[in-house]
Amino acid sequence: MNIIVCVKQVPDAKDVRLDPETNTLAREGVESIMNPYDQHALEEAVRLKETHGGEVVVITMGPPQAEEMLRLAISCGADRAVLISDRAFAGADTWATSYTLERAIKTIGDFDLILCGKQAIDGDTAQVGPGLAMRLDIPYTTCVQKIRESGSGALVVERMMDDGYDVLEISLPALLSVVKDINEPRVPSLKGKMRAKKAVITTLGAADINAESECIGLPGSPTQVVNVFPPPARGGRAILTGTLDEQIDQLVDKLIPFIQPGGNQ
Amino acid sequence: MLNVNEELCIGCGICEESCPFAAIEVENGCAVIGDSCTLCGACVETCEVEALSLDIEKFAKTDISGWSGVLVYCEYREGKLAPVSTELLGVGRSLADKRGVGLSAVLIGYKTGDTAEKLIGYGADVVYRAEHEDLEFFTDEKYCAVLTGLIKEHQPEIVLAGATAIGRSFIPGVATTLNAGLTADCTQLSIREEDGALLQTRPAFGGNIMATIVCESSRPQMSTVRPKVMKELEFDITRKGEIVDTAVDATLFKNRVKVLETVIGAAADVNIQEADILVSGGRGLESAKGFELIKKLADTVAAKVSASRAVVDAGWIPYPHQVGQTGKTVAPKLYIACGISGAIQHVAGMQTTETIVAINRDKNATIFDIADYGIVGDLFEVIPKLISKIEERR
Repeated sequence: MNIIVCVKQVPDAKDVRLDPETNTLAREGVESIMNPYDQHALEEAVRLKETHGGEVVVITMGPPQAEEMLRLAISCGADRAVLISDRAFAGADTWATSYTLERAIKTIGDFDLILCGKQAIDGDTAQVGPGLAMRLDIPYTTCVQKIRESGSGALVVERMMDDGYDVLEISLPALLSVVKDINEPRVPSLKGKMRAKKAVITTLGAADINAESECIGLPGSPTQVVNVFPPPARGGRAILTGTLDEQIDQLVDKLIPFIQPGGNQ
Repeated sequence: MLNVNEELCIGCGICEESCPFAAIEVENGCAVIGDSCTLCGACVETCEVEALSLDIEKFAKTDISGWSGVLVYCEYREGKLAPVSTELLGVGRSLADKRGVGLSAVLIGYKTGDTAEKLIGYGADVVYRAEHEDLEFFTDEKYCAVLTGLIKEHQPEIVLAGATAIGRSFIPGVATTLNAGLTADCTQLSIREEDGALLQTRPAFGGNIMATIVCESSRPQMSTVRPKVMKELEFDITRKGEIVDTAVDATLFKNRVKVLETVIGAAADVNIQEADILVSGGRGLESAKGFELIKKLADTVAAKVSASRAVVDAGWIPYPHQVGQTGKTVAPKLYIACGISGAIQHVAGMQTTETIVAINRDKNATIFDIADYGIVGDLFEVIPKLISKIEERR
């Protein structure tokens, strides 16, 4: 089973803050990591390969620095990695990103399955996976929490819903996005690290994938960010005082309106 | 392209400081743009000598003049209308009125009963109803095909859907097919005065920043909208509207995905995004058994139970209960955090809650920074007392 895993390098969100004075992202000390959901997609791909054979190819669209993350992916079991990188891709929204990934995948070759994380934690959009599947004209399912069966030609998967889960049969080739419940990603092995060090990472630019210039990067993006601002501040630090009983009485006063029928409902 | 006018640039380095992506470096007295530039434009605004400029030649994807009206996808599953649907009709109505256009609703499913009439009572002028037995169970493929067809036919300028499991899954497919811009998880929608464009505001970076997004040169402008953020209109049984039954040609469905089973078990009350009140447990509960106490408090205040990542990872409670960056984003009226320290990833998932109560024995826990009411104490002592006092007061 040949599997392509789409990964993204993201800033570790716990470090990202908007400087309230300048309204720009404070970048001091922000580390780059592999998007957490993508780590689960990669792990699932490697497990499928271990069962069925085949090849796991990891791809990412990003700046040259993303190569480091691709080496990490190889150390975790991917066979090879492709970096899709070009200044012309800068500023891409999800529409332009899915276009670019589609062009790249067409260049890379045949596959049975594409795995993505449910969403990237920097944008939280969850839009690139479905967009990519539509462009490739393959079926897709998001939020997969379990692959029950993986025979030839089709998969049986559990897809997480708001009220439970659906069991789906999906014919291959297909695209799945996964949630973190699906597995526990492994840590890189020593052998993997050695392999990653030596691995040759292919880089593809806009010309290599025959991307139309009006469909990539910021010019190819239908959406555009026009304003960035900090979220409204919360008050906070209102710790109740008095004896525990007094504190609880005060709290109950505040809670009653929420729980009385017809109160604050 | 981001251009640096070398004659104007004085090498002051302000742009270097302002770049969120560390993509600018001043070399030999002039700004040099590196590979990690995302064309965000932050530097252009800060440059005091106007040496930086961003020229974007937008490729017009559609002729936007023919697109008019607001269309809302109203989610219907397992015999129920998703509550976000009527919230969307509320905001959709106000956007449509502002633009002086109609509001239509799309209802996809099978045996939807009087749901279409209900949608009119909540503000829709027209309901396009696509009923077919093949549409009883949601699949991205079929719902995509039906909604895409309706949008192509009616050409609305704005399309709204709930940011639910279903909406977030198939709406991106629709947008891609239509070459439309789509903004996920909006928490605020309004109309820009000068050109009538839809201003879509959403949290990014786990809620640490807010971004406003427009789709200038393409139509429709599409958004998924977070549940519980928009206000529904009061139901008005006298409102008049039209129900249009849409022919569904099932032979066009590709059927590459089959629903074998729908499991709505205990998980049914796990839809924490639709809850008005959440009682949430963290590591302070000490063991899976601790959740019995959380459950008891939740029952007392008619709430649902949620949790922090730490306790989900520990296996004390299943993943659908998880609030936060890698779980769900919630915005209930009341959130009672018990034994939760308040890691930024958790806070990102609940900070838009109306009222936050925190109970934690560590007075330095960061959860208190955002709490409206905090009690520093042992939750095993506080919660039982809280339960009995609430019961006394009823």
